[in-house]
Amino acid sequence: MSRSAPYGFLAPAMVLFTATLALPILYSLYLSLRGVQVQGLGLGPGARQEVWVGLSNYRQSLSDPAFVHSVVRVVGYGVLLVPTMLGLALLFALLLDSRRSRGGGFARTAIFLPYAVPAVIASLLWGFLYLPDVSPVTDVLHGLGLPAPQLLSSRLVLFAVANIALWGGVGFNMVVLYTSLRAIPTELYEAARLDGAGEVSIAVRIKVPIVLPSLVMTLIFSLIATVQVFAEPTTLRPLTNNISTTWTPLMAVYRDAFTRDDIYSASATSVVIAAVTLVFSFGVLRAVGRRAFAER
Amino acid sequence: MSAATSGARTVRTRDSRPSVLATALLMLGAVYCLVPVAWVLVAATKSGADLFSTFTFAPGTHLFANIADLSAYRGGLFWRWMLNTVLYAGVGAALSTLVSAMAGFGLAKYEFLGKSTFFNLILAGVLVPGVILAIPQYLLVARVGMADTYWSVLLPSIISPYGIYLARIYATASVPDELVEAARADGASEARLFVLVALPIMRSGLVTVFLFQFVGIWNNFMLPYIMLGSDRLFPVTVGLNGLLNQGATQPALYTLVITGALLSILPLVALFLLLQRFWQVDLAAGAVKA
Repeated sequence: MSRSAPYGFLAPAMVLFTATLALPILYSLYLSLRGVQVQGLGLGPGARQEVWVGLSNYRQSLSDPAFVHSVVRVVGYGVLLVPTMLGLALLFALLLDSRRSRGGGFARTAIFLPYAVPAVIASLLWGFLYLPDVSPVTDVLHGLGLPAPQLLSSRLVLFAVANIALWGGVGFNMVVLYTSLRAIPTELYEAARLDGAGEVSIAVRIKVPIVLPSLVMTLIFSLIATVQVFAEPTTLRPLTNNISTTWTPLMAVYRDAFTRDDIYSASATSVVIAAVTLVFSFGVLRAVGRRAFAER
Repeated sequence: MSAATSGARTVRTRDSRPSVLATALLMLGAVYCLVPVAWVLVAATKSGADLFSTFTFAPGTHLFANIADLSAYRGGLFWRWMLNTVLYAGVGAALSTLVSAMAGFGLAKYEFLGKSTFFNLILAGVLVPGVILAIPQYLLVARVGMADTYWSVLLPSIISPYGIYLARIYATASVPDELVEAARADGASEARLFVLVALPIMRSGLVTVFLFQFVGIWNNFMLPYIMLGSDRLFPVTVGLNGLLNQGATQPALYTLVITGALLSILPLVALFLLLQRFWQVDLAAGAVKA
C-alpha cells in the first residue's frame, strides 16, 4: 500500500472543508474587525477605505436594540419549542416502543412525514391555515358562535412560528429516540416485567435513562437549529405585519448584510451568534453529556 | 400512571393488552402531522375564489386547471425550479455521499500523519452553526465570480462533517480488516479496494448519509436565498417564497403557490415512504467516544 493512499481518499474532503467551512469562518472573523472609513465627502474613488476598527462592530451589534429584541424573542421561542418538541418526540417514541399501543406503523409514518416537507413549504401550509379566511379553526369557532383567535396577531405569532417548527421536528427526533429504544436488549426489562412492573414504570426507570445520550444529542441539534431560525418567519412575513425584518437574530444579520450593505457589523453579529451557539452546545455536552454518556 | 399501578398489582399477561390511551395519543399525533398535508391536497383543488370562501376541507374541482395555470406561469418556470431542486439536492447529496465515504474510509482504515487533527476538525464542524458561514461564503463566491450560478449552491452543499463522521463509523463497523488485507494480497489497488470492496459493504449506511444530505440541501433555504439572484436558478423553496411575496399584491398567485407546494412535496413524500427502513438514526452511536 502506498503512503499517499489515505491522503488521496481525504483530499476532496480536506479541500472542500477548507474552502467552504474553514476559510469562510476565518473571513467572517476578519470582516468583523474591519469597517469602512469615509474620507472627505465620500465621493470619488478611494474615498471609502476599509480599515481595522477593533471591536467597535461588536459594540455596535450588541447595543443594537433590534438585535437585542430578536435575541430575547428567540430565547422565548426556544423555551417554548425545544422542551415541547423533545417531550412529544420522547412520548411518541416510548408509545411506539410500548407493547400496549396499536397502529404504531401508521403513526410512525404519519408523524415522521413532516420531516419530508421543507421548512419553507411547511410555513406556507401553516401560514394559510392561520389566515382567518382559510383556517378551519375559524370555521368551527364561528359555527359555535365564538370569536376566533387571530393566530398571526402580535400576541400569538411566536406560538404560530413555534408550531411550524414543532410540526417539522417532532417526527425526526422521535425516530432518533425510537432507534435507540429498539437497540435496548429486551432482557434488560424482561426481569422488571416478571417482577410485575408496568409499561410506564419500565419506560421511566429503564428506557429513558438508557436513551439519555440520544436525548442529549437531539437537544444539542435542536438548540443549534433554534438559534438559527430563519426560513419559517421569513416565509410568513408576507402574510402578517407582525414579523419585522429583524424578528430573529439571523434575520437581523441578513438585513445588515444585504439590505444595509453593512457586511462588517453583520459579520460581527454572526460571530456572536455562532459563539453563543457553540458555548451552548459544548455547555450542554459537558453538563448533561458527562453524566449521560458515563452511564453506557 | 394507572398502567404502572395496576400493572404492579395484576397478573403479568395484562401488561401487553392494548391501551386505549396509548393508542389514542399516537393517533392524535398522527392527525396533527397529517392535517396540513391533507389541507394542501384539498386546497390545491380549489379555485382562487373558493380558497377564501368555502369550508377549509371542502374539495373543489380546479386541480387540473390549477396545475395547468402553474405550468403556464412564465413559461413553465415552476418546473424549472423543480428540476433545479432535484439537481441541487440529488447531485449535491450524491457528491457529498461520495466525498464522505472516501474520507470516512480513509479515516477508518489507514494510519497517517494529521489523522486525529483532521478528525477533530470534522467533529468541530458538526457543531458549527451555518449562520457564521452564510455571508462570508457569499462574499468569497462572489469574489471568484461564481455568485448566482449553480455552483454557488452546489459547492457549499458537498461538504458534510456529519456525513464524514457517520461514514467513518460505518467503515469501522462494517469493513473487516482481513478483507482489506486479502484484497491487497490479490494485488488490488487502493482505489479498486475502495470501489469494489468497501463501497458495496458500506452501502446501506451510505444510503442514510445520502438521505440526510438530500433532505438537508432540499431544506436549506438561506444558502440559495443569499447566493441566487436570477429566478431561473432558484430551487422550488426560494421560488415559492418569492411567489408568495408577490401574492401579497396579487392574490391570484396564492392558488399557484398552494398547487406548487403540493407538487413539490409529493416526490419527497414518496421517496420517504419507499426508503423508510433506512431511517434508523442513532445520533449518539459514536458520540460516546467523542
